[in-house]
Amino acid sequence: MNGNLLQYITQAQADYARCIDDDRLEEWPNLFHGPCLYKITTSSNYRDGLEAGIVFANSRGMLTDRVSALRDANIYERQSYRHILGQPSILSEDGAMVSSETSFMVARIMQDGETSIYATGRYFDVYEIDGAAAKLHQRTVVCDSSRIDTLLALPL
Amino acid sequence: MNEIVVPRDEASWIPWPTAWPEGLTRVPYWVFQDQRVYADEQRLIFQGPNWHYLALEVELAEPGDFLTTQVGDTPVIVTRDTDNEIYAFENRCAHRGALICLKNRAKHRKDFSCVYHAWNYDPQGNLTGVALKDGIKGKGGMPDSFKMEQHGPRKLRIALVHGLIFGSFSEDVPPIEEYLGEEIMTRIERVLGGRTPAVLGRFTQVLPNNWKLYIENVKDSYHASILHLFFTTFELNRLSQKGGIIVDESGGHHVSYSAIDPEAAKDVDYAKQQIRSESEYKLADPTLLQGFDEYHDGVTLQILSVFPTFVLQQIQNAIAVRQIVPRAIDKTDLNWTYLGFADDTPEQRLTRLKQANLVGPAGYISMEDGCVGGFVQRGISGASSNRAVLEMGGAEATSSESRVTEASVRGFWKAYRANMGL
Ligand code: FES
Ligand SMILES: [Fe+2]
Repeated sequence: MNGNLLQYITQAQADYARCIDDDRLEEWPNLFHGPCLYKITTSSNYRDGLEAGIVFANSRGMLTDRVSALRDANIYERQSYRHILGQPSILSEDGAMVSSETSFMVARIMQDGETSIYATGRYFDVYEIDGAAAKLHQRTVVCDSSRIDTLLALPL
Repeated sequence: MNEIVVPRDEASWIPWPTAWPEGLTRVPYWVFQDQRVYADEQRLIFQGPNWHYLALEVELAEPGDFLTTQVGDTPVIVTRDTDNEIYAFENRCAHRGALICLKNRAKHRKDFSCVYHAWNYDPQGNLTGVALKDGIKGKGGMPDSFKMEQHGPRKLRIALVHGLIFGSFSEDVPPIEEYLGEEIMTRIERVLGGRTPAVLGRFTQVLPNNWKLYIENVKDSYHASILHLFFTTFELNRLSQKGGIIVDESGGHHVSYSAIDPEAAKDVDYAKQQIRSESEYKLADPTLLQGFDEYHDGVTLQILSVFPTFVLQQIQNAIAVRQIVPRAIDKTDLNWTYLGFADDTPEQRLTRLKQANLVGPAGYISMEDGCVGGFVQRGISGASSNRAVLEMGGAEATSSESRVTEASVRGFWKAYRANMGL
């Protein structure tokens, strides 16, 4: 079972990364299922139990609004990400629900080509295993550093 | 052959690319670009007769709690000692200058010991021990003339304002009530008075620009509805809002606020407008803005700044303090501390977490402020003898009922020049 589980989760995570890196943000909210929780925070806030996020959404509607704002309201220089993901570790299983931790590194590429390591950290995810697919219910993005360069526009 | 070495003083002083123009409506760009300006600011403003935000009292809730922060370039340790008082001193060992403390924050600290040669300090910043002071077996050690009480990191004066800790290196700084003035004090009290804040999160935004470009932005009530299109794009009705700005006597502190206009709220047309805008609501999840009435005065937004580098923010129920730390001519740390209050209900707390999306590095109505200073920094490159124009709302630096003004930006420059002797 565990072998398949890892495969399902890896697939879901790869789809997620491609969605953002390919600039298909409109599809991003649909990658979340169930009650939906998405949060970006830092490892020191996470460790100290501080609950606020840089981005916080507890509904798919809030994710949709985030994308609409990025497309139509917010002003920032054109940029893209490249996600590099580590192997997921299964933290716990409870029936169909599985928690995992996965390390990530995100490079940010500005329109002039300047490329930098924008963020490194961990995804704490909760998936529902449904048939041969892992459906993402919750993602807490814990950035290793508490320093955010300039601004955070695209989701991690 | 006979070379005369002129010491670095007035004689060797190269004049600024252009003199500072008369009045408050022009700002020469070299002030954002010059290393000497940066050095003078550290000396005259950050070490000078001003109060600098250090931390919140709740972050040092118990004796033995401490944290480290910065006053300009200078590293500082802030503590609560066993007498329950707050102290702050330079994070610089009196021996040979190493950082005394390497941690960001921790609890239960009775003393601080420098890692280099273990000189020891109490939580008030007094030197209490010098390792191997008497040498070993009567050999080596410090001379008798060395007196520990004559050595120590510089201590800061401390002032507490409704749970905010301010510090100053200056003996000449006026008492904080006088420094801030009554109007600013009242507006701080409005947000924090009699309440116990709870830290909800801390984030640092690294800005690619001079610190003053961010301060200008904070004080610039003109750009709000132009640069930040979130409310406009989502047709979130703001016609009912009236507002204004307050600029204190020195010019250095300001408040910008907007409030629900009770006259407009009574208006029939307004009621119609409300219905219309409800039906055209474009937010997929409008609960983001469904806050609670926290202050019972109709004020939905209050941005308050204290010269030189402190901001207290209320945007609906999103409360935060911001500390601005210059790191280089073109690099600035913006330290956000998001706040709730100890007596928040779970529903109120959730509202704050949601409304935190409005502010911070990814804020719907603040993310642009993270990049726009960089646009200026890049834009003015090579134009140090040119100058910015600050004429919106006239030439004065006074309070105004209109927010379509640059009065508080002019106020900042008024206070800045007074500090810098420019
Ligand atoms: S530098 Fe601190 S003990 Fe020597
Ligand atoms: Fe702004």
